[in-house]
Amino acid sequence: MIKELTCICCPMGCSLKAEVENDEVISVSGNNCIRGENYAKSEIIAPVRTVTTTIMSDSGIPVPVKTKDPVAKGKIFETVSQIKETSVHLPIKMGEIVIKNVADTGVDIVATRSVK
Amino acid sequence: MNKYDLIVIGGGPAGMAAALAAKKAGIDDLLIIERDNVFGGILNQCIHNGFGLHTFKEELTGPEYAERYADMVIQQNIPFELETMVLSLETTTDAMKAVTVISSKRGVQTLYAKAVILAMGCRERPRGALNIPGFRPQGVYTAGTAQKLVNLQGVKIGKQVVILGSGDIGLIMARRMTLEGAKVSAVAELMPYSSGLKRNIVQCLDDYGIPLLLSHTVVDIKGKEKLEGVYIAKVDEKCQPIPGTEVYYPCDTLLLSCGLIPENELTVGAGVMIDPRTNGAYVNESLQTNVNGVFACGNVLHVHDLVDFVSEESQRAGENAARFILNGGSESGKTIEVKAGNGVRYTVPCRINIDNAPELTHIRFRVTGVYKNVSIILKSGDTELMRKRSQILVPSEMVDLIIQKNKLSDIDDTIEVFVEEVQK
Repeated sequence: MIKELTCICCPMGCSLKAEVENDEVISVSGNNCIRGENYAKSEIIAPVRTVTTTIMSDSGIPVPVKTKDPVAKGKIFETVSQIKETSVHLPIKMGEIVIKNVADTGVDIVATRSVK
Repeated sequence: MNKYDLIVIGGGPAGMAAALAAKKAGIDDLLIIERDNVFGGILNQCIHNGFGLHTFKEELTGPEYAERYADMVIQQNIPFELETMVLSLETTTDAMKAVTVISSKRGVQTLYAKAVILAMGCRERPRGALNIPGFRPQGVYTAGTAQKLVNLQGVKIGKQVVILGSGDIGLIMARRMTLEGAKVSAVAELMPYSSGLKRNIVQCLDDYGIPLLLSHTVVDIKGKEKLEGVYIAKVDEKCQPIPGTEVYYPCDTLLLSCGLIPENELTVGAGVMIDPRTNGAYVNESLQTNVNGVFACGNVLHVHDLVDFVSEESQRAGENAARFILNGGSESGKTIEVKAGNGVRYTVPCRINIDNAPELTHIRFRVTGVYKNVSIILKSGDTELMRKRSQILVPSEMVDLIIQKNKLSDIDDTIEVFVEEVQK
């Protein structure tokens, strides 16, 4: 079976064609770089996303955060709701971990901006 | 005291990259002026990822990209003044540039510089420019304003959202509002194609099942004090609404993502000529405007889709401004014109001084529509200088053509960039 998808690894947005058999990607075409092939494989078998949102600080200023690595697509809402239930103390440094192992994904949430 | 070699107006990605490059090229007497209380400009509210793949070879969020540059500016001891607004820019009789600023520290003062780099960025096209009929209730925002309220101020702006325009900020905000607990019913786009990047359509709409209605627009806004809903209709090939196709979408929030306009009030005041196609200055290969010693880069020159392209372009502006200051301001040599031909909406630059041109000259442009399986051709009279195949060209993605200096040497007066379908 051929599955068509658009690569999201960079703004090129290559149109990929992936040949899938028994839940396995056999070949990928249409990509301009290796990331396209990797994306097609993971997107079909286990799609992941980097989640970005804000976390409230105790000073009432929102601090931008992200998942340090991409998490399973199905875990996006659980990830965001755990972030929304948490608050952080200022000051905070860019790259500082604010939540460990968010939503049992094994991935940490880090601040993406230093806020005094 | 108030004299500088170089003043950079704007401390966003363009201004920071330009200042860093000028400093590296030997200009120590410079000043960055920024109206906000932090560096970074629009990047601070762009908390999503996707920045920096070209510049840093890794995927960063907007604030991270901004902070890396801000750290470099501070490390390099580049002087800057935040919370300072430039009121006007003029050229004096002795060819100095007069930059009048206002801040609580200085009051109103005029600063002088040998060269100025314009890096003021752009602003959103507001509702008033879109001619949407209906009331003016609370709940109608430009997408970037909503982004600022949500991401920087932590404000909850609405629960039921319709977005007009599929520009990148609109797409990003569709996902952002969804993650903040709102329901986004639809994104309506007037054109038959999206003006946003493909990856944003996949990541921000498809992931969350948000419909993208191409060739649709908002034709009426309901609600007198508070927004109650909008009517969305199909449009024909001439972008005119088709009667009888109106569908009512109840909503408390309408976000407008309908284009960005370079912020050039200062530029015009300085006597710089503006290209009506970009709403940015006409510049040459050095990114210098028609006013000697005034350079422009980033979104104030032409709206970019990638910050990495802004940084690269601004670095060139900084280097060229430094060269201008160190070598004196003479602009001799033969200048040729760059024309936008078939399928090309504009080019930056519009003219190239062949003698001053660097080894590699960038010609950046956007296409007028969606083109599949085409060649981009650069021609002078009957001589073809360059030909590049492309599977797909879309207006939302800027094209960067790089041409070698030796190819330009024999050109008389004009080169033309155009798109041609590949013969099968």
